[in-house]
Amino acid sequence: MNDFKVKVKDLSLWYGTSRALKNISMDIPEKKVTAFIGPSGCGKSTFLRTLNRMNDLIDNVTIKGEVYVDNINIYDKNIDVVNLRKKVGMIFQKSNPFAKSVYDNIAFGPRINGISQKSILDEIVERSLKQAAIWDEVKDRLFNSALSLSGGQQQRICIARSLAVNPEIILMDEPASALDPISTSKIEELIHELKKEYTIIIVTHNMQQAARTSDMTAFFYMGDLVEMNRTELIFSNPAKKQTEDYISGRFG
Amino acid sequence: MNRNIKDTVVEGITGVSVLLIIFIIVSILAVTIVGGWSKLNWTFLSEFPKDGMTRGGIFPAIVGTAAMTLIMAIAAVPFGVITAIYLAEYASEKSIMAKTIRFAVKTLAVVPSIIFGLFGLGFFISFIGKNMDILLSGGELKWGQPNILWASLTMALLTLPVVIVSVEEAIKTIPREMREASLALGATKWQTIKNVVLPGSISGILTGTILAVSRGAGEVAPILFTGAAYFLSDLPKSLSDQFMSLGYHIYIMSTQSSDVDATLPIQFATTLVLLLLTFSLNAVAVTLRYRIRRRAK
Repeated sequence: MNDFKVKVKDLSLWYGTSRALKNISMDIPEKKVTAFIGPSGCGKSTFLRTLNRMNDLIDNVTIKGEVYVDNINIYDKNIDVVNLRKKVGMIFQKSNPFAKSVYDNIAFGPRINGISQKSILDEIVERSLKQAAIWDEVKDRLFNSALSLSGGQQQRICIARSLAVNPEIILMDEPASALDPISTSKIEELIHELKKEYTIIIVTHNMQQAARTSDMTAFFYMGDLVEMNRTELIFSNPAKKQTEDYISGRFG
Repeated sequence: MNRNIKDTVVEGITGVSVLLIIFIIVSILAVTIVGGWSKLNWTFLSEFPKDGMTRGGIFPAIVGTAAMTLIMAIAAVPFGVITAIYLAEYASEKSIMAKTIRFAVKTLAVVPSIIFGLFGLGFFISFIGKNMDILLSGGELKWGQPNILWASLTMALLTLPVVIVSVEEAIKTIPREMREASLALGATKWQTIKNVVLPGSISGILTGTILAVSRGAGEVAPILFTGAAYFLSDLPKSLSDQFMSLGYHIYIMSTQSSDVDATLPIQFATTLVLLLLTFSLNAVAVTLRYRIRRRAK
């Protein structure tokens, strides 16, 4: 029971009156990679964004149900969303480094948490960049704009930036969908490394990527969680016909 | 009427309208340059008016305009930025508060400038100034009369909509992904505004400031009752001093001078200085705004 880092109970979400998620319940294991797959508009990204309450930013969203992170319901009234987001980091589909130097991008999180001592920041920046496997590429240009880097490098900068605030869970919303195959494989290797220390939840529309990187896979369709199981079982022997149709490429 | 003829007529009318506008602009520039160019030199810019303002330069009017617009900017920019932040970041589009502020800003932008002058006289001088005198010096007249501070604050009210609109526009071009990146790192809303939104809006804040300054530098009506002086033999030394201004100087020279014809070159040259000042400020603002818009795409 306690191996589950995130537990979702009966979660539904509406944009205005249209229902985007229907009674989702699932348990997400700690220090594993869980992949969400499904056709566009199936609710997988929306669901991911409920896990760090990113949907709070959108007007007109109604959420019912419970999401437990470390057995605490993050939709409780007295939850501090800011603390939740430090614990649950997020990587976006489109890499979004700030128009600042590489160093300032990584130091952003620690700084807003009140760390200003240079030696500590230096150490966090180096550690985070190393963890994100991009230290060797940027160590000589830490003070150049992060926007001068390639798309794949920018995405790893974003991962490093997220690691710098010591999250426990990292949500990734199609992190490699805008990248070339080489950059994609670097991100996938990185995910493999990171799961030793972090719980990773990744949304992907690329089924090979889900198969390669994840331990668990959840298939979403039209706002429903159709099926969730160990990745090799989902891909070799899905229990539901819809899942089988999707992974065999019959629709989506 | 034949369709082709209609087309020709419409094309003709639109073409003439455009030509008319170009003609007006070119005439203004040509007349001003022809009339004032010979007078425009360093002495003219750096000397006080002489001999009942029939000779000499416009130095105090330049300094006065610069000082007034500076004080105006110091008042209008922070206030405008704060309002724009509220409108863009905190107020929900549909809230009554935001609608009210937007309506107020739009209304403020269309109030005739002379009304601002009267408001400044009534509010800053007769109300705030008078009461300051009563509190600070037992009623001895110091703040309860026209001065550069009241004139600048009156002008700040007039230019406030320009600042608010420019800054809000710039804030709205910051992509949502940037805000989300910051919030996802556990930044609060204010930290996100301070560290991501405002640094990204700097060029918009600059544009608004420059547009406000160029508007404020040219306006006369708001400072007419609130601080501009006919002639001063000295530069303003404190906020409670009056000042000379370029726009007002042109008005005075062309209507109140003892020898209007003798001052014609001075009038033209002063107009030329004011035009060059506002044109160049606007050019900078337009360039900055263009860069913001390009980023927004």
